[in-house]
Amino acid sequence: MRHSLSIQIGPVAFRIGSAWRAPLDALARLYAAYPAPRDGICDFTVRLEPEKPWRRHFRPSVAIKGDYILPDAAPLSLAHGLLAAEMGMNLQMALGQKQYLLLHASSVEKDGRALIMTGESGAGKSTLAALLGERGWRLLGDEFALLDLDSGELLPFPRAVSLKNGAIRALEAEVEPDRFGPRLEGTPKGEIRHMRPNDEALARMGERARPALILFPRFGEAEAVRGVGAAETFMRFTQASTNYVTLGARGFEALNRLIAGSPALAIDYPDSDSAVAMVEGFWRELAA
Amino acid sequence: MAGIRYIADPEEHVRAVELDGLSVLFHERSGMTHIVAAPAPEILGALREGPADAQELLRRLSARFAFEGEEAEAAIHARLGELEAAGLVRRA
Amino acid sequence: MRNARLLVQALRDPGSVRNCDWAGLISAARAEQLIGSLAFRMAGRDLPPRVAATFEAARNDAAQARTQALWEGEMARRALAPLGVPMILLKGTAFHAANLDASIGRSVGDLDILVPRASLREVELALIEAGWERVKAADGYDDFYYRRWMHELPPLIHRTRDRMIDVHHTILPLTARPRPDAEALIADSVALESGLRVLSPADMIVHAAAHLIADGDLAGGLRNLWDIDRLLREFGAADPDFWARLQARAGRHQLARAVHRAARLADDLYGTPIPPSWRVRAGVDPLFRARLLARNGWGQERRKLLRFAFYLRSHWLRMPPLMLARHLWIKATR
Repeated sequence: MRHSLSIQIGPVAFRIGSAWRAPLDALARLYAAYPAPRDGICDFTVRLEPEKPWRRHFRPSVAIKGDYILPDAAPLSLAHGLLAAEMGMNLQMALGQKQYLLLHASSVEKDGRALIMTGESGAGKSTLAALLGERGWRLLGDEFALLDLDSGELLPFPRAVSLKNGAIRALEAEVEPDRFGPRLEGTPKGEIRHMRPNDEALARMGERARPALILFPRFGEAEAVRGVGAAETFMRFTQASTNYVTLGARGFEALNRLIAGSPALAIDYPDSDSAVAMVEGFWRELAA
Repeated sequence: MAGIRYIADPEEHVRAVELDGLSVLFHERSGMTHIVAAPAPEILGALREGPADAQELLRRLSARFAFEGEEAEAAIHARLGELEAAGLVRRA
Repeated sequence: MRNARLLVQALRDPGSVRNCDWAGLISAARAEQLIGSLAFRMAGRDLPPRVAATFEAARNDAAQARTQALWEGEMARRALAPLGVPMILLKGTAFHAANLDASIGRSVGDLDILVPRASLREVELALIEAGWERVKAADGYDDFYYRRWMHELPPLIHRTRDRMIDVHHTILPLTARPRPDAEALIADSVALESGLRVLSPADMIVHAAAHLIADGDLAGGLRNLWDIDRLLREFGAADPDFWARLQARAGRHQLARAVHRAARLADDLYGTPIPPSWRVRAGVDPLFRARLLARNGWGQERRKLLRFAFYLRSHWLRMPPLMLARHLWIKATR
């Protein structure tokens, strides 16, 4: 491949190859503060290739390939090359991650304990985690939570946060401009901007945390809290995990351990400030 | 008239965890996880005494639980069909 | 890493590979569906920690893949048991069921089974009854094409488990030139303790060679050839008469050329011990070798022209020229 870049995010090292320079330049800027893979070896390979040979120069079309591939994935325009690289890394995790239980969830840490938030796309878990990360919490991840299959600890995977539409404005108001990637408009999910986690989150990306609370947040409703039963939590997590099934008995044991050790709550919230306040409240109760 | 007799996989091959009223089962032979409600776990337990058809199961279950009548019998047939489709029981 | 030679070397002689392009090796292995096999070959070796962890995860994953494959076989057995029809497992699932060396680290996608041609209809109905369904809705020409000329039913997928089953009635399309003896395959099949059936050892090799050489465009060929290497070593070691038996069986199925070529390629790439008389120089073997190795260290396919040539060849193999022309015309003008 003409151009390549290696990145370490938490315990996972990626190598990204590209037929074009621009996406990797953007990626390198966004991930400048991240360490290079320690031993020069990587866990997964992503490739950004032209859909057809002539689409390299003429109306460039970026197909997302790599160790693991989605056969019918639509290619992206070169202007969205950074997004293609991010999607490529997501895909390797979703299809290839077999060392940890992979939960589609955001997570943050405070006082050594971790909060895991999961729910449908757009329910607000990523934005909430990003905001908590700016309010004294350590951001562990906005998209994937990695659970150690033996110890039950959560491993940070603090990739650049993928902010969409309204959430972009909310974070721009609180965070220094040099932590953001380019504004990407007209993507399948609307407007997207990437934001790298703060220095503390990156410096401590090797530090694990013990889960303490599971939250199912839902944005856009009046404040409400209800307990979620263990069976329902179990079921929702199996749906929110791309690798639960492939992990067999170890996945079963790990998920049970998580649920046995952490209560689960469903919260509705009208705006982020009230959500942050609710979370701080839960944390005080847990510590007591 | 005896109906179809079923066999359940032995207890050692199914990990079971109780989570607020439901049973989460990990079936080692298939590598699959199932979440089931009563009387499915009770049916599995009763089948482990030995192969049985729906009638015999009804007898075994009503001996242990308050479990009888037409509704109970219909429930057994329905659950057996589901358990068979899931692979947790098979025909003898 | 310009082609897959490093991958072949690592499989063939794991100890000989140190200080290599590990990322390239792993990407090539993943692309060729050989990561599980490679991970087992590398077990216990002194490796960089990240590489060791990758291989350990791959070994665990292979164990789960084995469980799932055997389960599909068992569920098919349960569905078809009432019919009293022989059901013979093929390919990866068969290797796992029979606990063969070829099963070590072997990933399995679909369940492939062989049944008598006369029972195809009732088999399909029984599978549908048990929760499998057509992948695509029955479509006039495609359906006709499958049922009349191919060696298998249109694929079925299970409604809840989301796994595919391919039901074969012989091991090559009916329109291909060699005519394997499907009845003999079934008659010589071997019953396992579990109640499942697999092909006899010689027939397993004939099938693998047919699949690699006489059907298809060699995509995934390195893995098919690794299967053949593992099978030949295991069967050859267990039975002094194995090679004679294989020769006879290959002739019976009109697949002697395919079996010989497969054996030569296995010897060339993986160092499989084959009888000296089988080691002849055959003109186009280097083309096959090059096609098999056409994968680089980024996991990309190489040698586009060569691949295209084998792609054309795969169509040629399946159909007499006039029939092929008609088939392509219909597909193009659909």
